[in-house]
Amino acid sequence: MDIVVRNLSKRFGNFQAIDNVSFSVPGGQLVALLGPSGSGKSTILRTIAGLENPDSGTIELVGEDATNLPTQRRGIGFVFQHFALFRHMTVRQNVAFGLEIQKLPKAEIRERVDELLALVQLTAFADRYPLQLSGGQRQRVALARALAPKPRVLLLDEPFGALDSKVREELRIWLRRLHDESHVTSLFVTHDQQEAFEVCDQVVVLNKGRIEQAGPPQELYENPASPFVTEFLGQVNILRPETILGMDLDDERPLPVPIPGSNEGTIYVRPHDLEICKSRGDFPGWPALIRRLTPLGWLARVELTLPDGTSVHVQITQAISREMGLEAGQEVYVRPKDIKVFDHTTEDTGAVNYVI
Amino acid sequence: MKPPRPASAMEMTGPQRFLIGAVVGWFGLLVFGPAVALLRRALEPGVGQFVEKLTSPDALESLWLTAKITAAVTVCNTIFGIGMSIVLVRQRFWGRRLLDGILDLPFAVSPVIAGLMLIILYGPRSTVGSRLGNLGFPIVYHLPGMILAGLFVTLPLVVRSVAPILEEVGSDQEDVASTLGANWWTTFRRITLPTIRWGIAYGSALVVARSLGEFGALLVVSGNIIGRTQTATLYVHDQVESFEPQGAYVMSVVLAGVSFGMLIGLELIRNRSHRAEYATEENEEKTGKRKSIRPARRH
Repeated sequence: MDIVVRNLSKRFGNFQAIDNVSFSVPGGQLVALLGPSGSGKSTILRTIAGLENPDSGTIELVGEDATNLPTQRRGIGFVFQHFALFRHMTVRQNVAFGLEIQKLPKAEIRERVDELLALVQLTAFADRYPLQLSGGQRQRVALARALAPKPRVLLLDEPFGALDSKVREELRIWLRRLHDESHVTSLFVTHDQQEAFEVCDQVVVLNKGRIEQAGPPQELYENPASPFVTEFLGQVNILRPETILGMDLDDERPLPVPIPGSNEGTIYVRPHDLEICKSRGDFPGWPALIRRLTPLGWLARVELTLPDGTSVHVQITQAISREMGLEAGQEVYVRPKDIKVFDHTTEDTGAVNYVI
Repeated sequence: MKPPRPASAMEMTGPQRFLIGAVVGWFGLLVFGPAVALLRRALEPGVGQFVEKLTSPDALESLWLTAKITAAVTVCNTIFGIGMSIVLVRQRFWGRRLLDGILDLPFAVSPVIAGLMLIILYGPRSTVGSRLGNLGFPIVYHLPGMILAGLFVTLPLVVRSVAPILEEVGSDQEDVASTLGANWWTTFRRITLPTIRWGIAYGSALVVARSLGEFGALLVVSGNIIGRTQTATLYVHDQVESFEPQGAYVMSVVLAGVSFGMLIGLELIRNRSHRAEYATEENEEKTGKRKSIRPARRH
């Protein structure tokens, strides 16, 4: 384990930013700290870097207790959301900075800077100033600068947050490739679930200063441990038990799934786990009225209303939508294929997954 | 919505033209007009006379004293201003806002009162003043007192020039430098200082200009002893009082000229230096222009 965080807590005034957080990052992996604004993820990262002091807890970096080490001696590389390049220095001077601090011989510095500039594909821009570069280029310089002194751990604080979406996508792929080559243990803070999934080996989901769940991305998506994680990762329809029970009672084809009573459960269905059918077959299906149909490239988003007024949205392919001739105003049936039931009366915080 | 800037004078609307005219006219009336009048009067008897008045022993002595005071005040307040800015912007401590407000006190207090306060605190009849006086370091009515007066009236200038830059640039660059292994001093020298250098330059220039022109506090604190504690401004006052206005005009032109020339020079140098450094990312995208550094108003 290259980064071990134990019982970390930090409060700012009355606000508990980090609440007894413990997790570890295995060596060579790229792990995401994922959560909404205010969840404490940046604070955790900065505390690991030594830019903030925790109220309690310990931090271990590559086996060494770093809790009381000053930032300078932790051997970390840090990449900021807004690049934080040294504006009065050229790209080359920026990248060389960490190496100059280490007092390496000039020739060696020059060689390493050239190597890094080639790695981030900015050799031609070596003598430019940061403000002459685009956002994506600046962030690549920031990465090169962070990697120059061969840090044992790389910390990234929403590194693509300030970039255009196209550039963001490109840099995500590029960062993953870079990581695959360099294998530097990395911790990546983001609020973008898709980004975390695309780039990282493992994801730690944070909410209000606490860890909700940690694990490989797909695992979190398919088996979320709490309502928060279910709602935060990907899109989801939230249904109340009364809605389901109400529809089941009207019909001989109820859901073969135990639905808790009202106020005692939450039911989640992902938009792609709902099918739209023109007529009812033998299966449990809920009557619904199409309110809006939005084509989204190769997908289509269908917004429907259930009999008791609950809104539901379904994701199908544009091909299927066209084939079925779906239109707003039609009455159709919505058939659930996979639902997650959170029963709040049990001790278990996890959901039970039912495939129908 | 801001009104769009006209591409050329031809495209200006009536109200815009009027506004510009009014502002320029006001500036002319208050500043430019009197300055030109002074210059004319000073040069009326001819350049030879001008130089003669300027090189009289009393005049030269006063200029030398002004120079010494200004140099000491500028160096001290620049160092203090930088330190204070860093403390105000980068540290969090109880009483910070209070300190921020009090910092502008010298502007709120009349310089004459400032001089009086110094006499009360450090005058020959005060505890501190008499002690130091007995040790051979008299303050009031001597150079140290005058330097103190200058320090007081120029106190906020460098801070108000440097702190906004530090605020705006943020601590990210300094944080990064730490992660790259730089200690406090290296970070200050290689990152912080270059970032604030124009703020320092501008703030110091203001200190020089203000210090050159300081009158009220010095009048009280110096005792105005000709040839010993008479600064250039006191000399001007003295010349006017003695019904020798020519000496006053000449010295005034020199003082005003130096201040003005310095500020113009600073602008020119700054215009030619690296534009890119002072725009923040957001500003640059928005306006494509360099942001100018001005002392912040009190918040």
